[in-house]
Amino acid sequence: MKRAVGETPWVRRSLIAIAVGFFVLFMVVPLGVVFAIAVRDGIAPYLAAITTPDAKSAIKLTLLVAGIAVPLNIGFGIAAAWSLARFKFPGRRALLTLIDIPFAVSPVVVGMMFILLFGAHGYLHSSHKIVFAVPGIVLATTFVTIPFVARALIPALEARGPEQELAALTLGASPWQTFWRVTLPGLRWPLAYGAILSTARAIGEFGAVSVVSGHIRGETNTVPLHIEILYNDFQYQAAFAVATILVVLALATVVLQRVVEWRAERNRV
Amino acid sequence: MRRAMRLTKFHGVGVVSLLATVACNGSKSAANGDGKTSDIKTVELLNVSYDPTRELYVELDDAFAKQYRDTKHVTVTIKQSHGGSGKQARSVIDGLEADVVSLGLAGDIDAIADSGLLAKDWQTRLPEHSTPYTSTIVFLVRKGNPKAVKDWGDLVKDDVKVIASNPKTSGGARWAYLGAWGHGKKTSGSDEGAKAFVKQLYQHVPVLDSGARGSTTTFVERGQGDVLLSWENEAYLAQDQAKDQGFEIVVPPRSILAEPPVAVVDRVVAKHGTAEVSKAFLEFLYTEPAQEIIAKNHYRPRSKTVKSDLPELELFSIDDLGGWGVVQKTHFADGGVFDAIYTK
Amino acid sequence: MARRALPGFGLSLGVTLTYLGLLVVIPLSTIVLKTSSLTWAQFWTVVTAPRAVASFALSLGASLVAAAIASVFGLIVAWVLVRYEFPGRGLIDALVDLPFALPTAVAGIALTATWGSTGVLGRYLHAIGVEGAYSRLGIVIALVFLGVPFVVRTVQPVLVQLDPRLEEAAATLGATRLQAFVRVVLPALRPAIVTGFALAFSRALGEYGSVVFISGNMPGKTEIAPLLVMTKLEQFDYSGATALALVMVISSFAILIAINSFGRRSRKRDLHRKRPPEERPTLPPPATIVRGHV
Repeated sequence: MKRAVGETPWVRRSLIAIAVGFFVLFMVVPLGVVFAIAVRDGIAPYLAAITTPDAKSAIKLTLLVAGIAVPLNIGFGIAAAWSLARFKFPGRRALLTLIDIPFAVSPVVVGMMFILLFGAHGYLHSSHKIVFAVPGIVLATTFVTIPFVARALIPALEARGPEQELAALTLGASPWQTFWRVTLPGLRWPLAYGAILSTARAIGEFGAVSVVSGHIRGETNTVPLHIEILYNDFQYQAAFAVATILVVLALATVVLQRVVEWRAERNRV
Repeated sequence: MRRAMRLTKFHGVGVVSLLATVACNGSKSAANGDGKTSDIKTVELLNVSYDPTRELYVELDDAFAKQYRDTKHVTVTIKQSHGGSGKQARSVIDGLEADVVSLGLAGDIDAIADSGLLAKDWQTRLPEHSTPYTSTIVFLVRKGNPKAVKDWGDLVKDDVKVIASNPKTSGGARWAYLGAWGHGKKTSGSDEGAKAFVKQLYQHVPVLDSGARGSTTTFVERGQGDVLLSWENEAYLAQDQAKDQGFEIVVPPRSILAEPPVAVVDRVVAKHGTAEVSKAFLEFLYTEPAQEIIAKNHYRPRSKTVKSDLPELELFSIDDLGGWGVVQKTHFADGGVFDAIYTK
Repeated sequence: MARRALPGFGLSLGVTLTYLGLLVVIPLSTIVLKTSSLTWAQFWTVVTAPRAVASFALSLGASLVAAAIASVFGLIVAWVLVRYEFPGRGLIDALVDLPFALPTAVAGIALTATWGSTGVLGRYLHAIGVEGAYSRLGIVIALVFLGVPFVVRTVQPVLVQLDPRLEEAAATLGATRLQAFVRVVLPALRPAIVTGFALAFSRALGEYGSVVFISGNMPGKTEIAPLLVMTKLEQFDYSGATALALVMVISSFAILIAINSFGRRSRKRDLHRKRPPEERPTLPPPATIVRGHV
């Protein structure tokens, strides 16, 4: 960006140096360390670590949990966005804040809530295994990812205004036709954005799942938990090896976000 | 109306999946709910154990499964869960459906008994207070023992940093605390002297992990501290795992006899129908083949005939300190001695 | 639904309320319920116990310091990304979002391995007697890592839209670059910086996964509040755990409300000051939608 007024070159260069240096020290080096330790004994142990039965069942469980939590929250996000962005009603502000609550609750507390609800001495105890089993993990993960899609959709829907939907209705479209043909397509990018973020979060959730999991090897361990177990089993190289899966996923998330933003920009023009 | 179904389908799919997962877990327990094990070909047990026994039970589970298959023609799969002893006990009380528990100290199993999941006289149902193996607390030091740590008293020397875990959550940590207490009491002759020594000791601890394994990781992998206060078996394991670092095991002349007991969780096995197999598994732990695995993993076997190359040392037991009921309340409960040590 | 022009209010609101009721309100109420089993005196004793107070102070202090550091560096990074061209700029811009997407357990072990006394970077600190891990510094490092993206992503959009004519006018009037920056740019950025600071702060407060690996977890010294809750839980002290949790939830929630209302107020202020509106963005700045503790 060429500007008539600017800083002296040395100020500019030192600022860039500070920014880049800080970035490299705090963000890049740690990630490099993950990969370095993961392959410190060679490629074969690396591959072995990510294909053990426990690792595979952890990956499967993580995908299953994300596969339930994210669609549920997408459905919720759409419903919330529609009711909160298109209508005014008493309590609307409170509802908006309510959606934000999962951000305010520490993961340990999230796990604890569900144990207080469904544990053996919980308020809603039944003979079904909910906590210390897969359903508990799903619940905890769903809770922490509630706000993502909603908060991506609400401002987007507010920004678009109801004109197009009103027009469609006036022209004779049914409410559902309007929703599917007019509203949703416009929300394509915010929806993708929110879905990507909540998936990344669902995959990486650690604290809450750690409390409700029970740590049954091969059964109730997600990938982050499996990493912790490997770390505790003296298998550092394996722990970091499995961690690289999550790092790669995180990088993919970031790339996808860029793509979505770029497509959204293009759409606007 | 047709279209209206589509939005709710989103939720429907999610809810159905959720229910399916619950149902699957439910039916799995139902499969184990059949009374007669001889009619079922496969049985699954959950063994909720404390932190350092990960490697031990991999072998024990395998050996038992083999033996049971040969004698009873039933395939047994044992699933394991590991964590700090106190934490595991809490999980079981909260609903983690353990068929058997193998925890770090009797006090934690007593807590499970108090919640009604197993009989209060559990310690009489198996030999040796229901403890098939014992251990003790030793010191793991760095190559060459640069700080010349030989006994408990050396731990409070000026420049010595000790790695230990949190007695509130870790079984091993409680044994270590009591080992120190025992030393303090013996050298000073009084409880006040013991408390002063233990207080001094924990002032030398820079990192307090929640489980024994966490402390080992901190000492071995992260290079913190000069001495690790550790379960004996854990010290040998760490030594094996990090041969290149040349750790040395220092056995103090006197330490505490750490008894990590096992028990069948009555209510759970009644629900799963696994009472017979669970009992067989625990009884198996006392047999020769199991005791040899135990010795191989650096635990002290109960069996007099199985050879163990662990050193002899003077051991005092929890009973010398009043038993777990007294000890738990005095030292580790809220407001107890350990808390007092941390009050400013 | 005769009073509303658009359909679907009943259905969407119903779904929203049911979902939130089942998944948020009911679980949260267990915290209140469990805590209410304590008397006020007991509650007070639990939350004012020295260890609890120390953990709150630590979480609060470390989060404040980390948020402040994150704000400074975040501002620099945002400035550099928006105003300058240099090789690798696009890469850094993309990577800023990484802490949002990275699981905290991975961040925890990565940061510990890097900044510990045997780590690639930590060994230099260790040589001068500073511990980058198992110390309060370690906690701050982890929280800065998590907080910087918030500041960058809140400041960036404002910086992009900042009218360069203001700075040029200042220069014409004789201001030095520094004066122009302090008197013209910073005030314009202040709401964004404050918002970013608050977001980083609130995220840091409840953080568990990454801190628990790099902290020493020493009661009274490096034990963060969420860990103390976890410890109480593992000691079967449910009501004590929920009492602490309640304090944490209420304070985080209060901060959240403050952030939201501050954001609303400064947006209203901007609307008065603004020139004809630019095109409306279809995506919100990531910082406002990605908060939360992992």
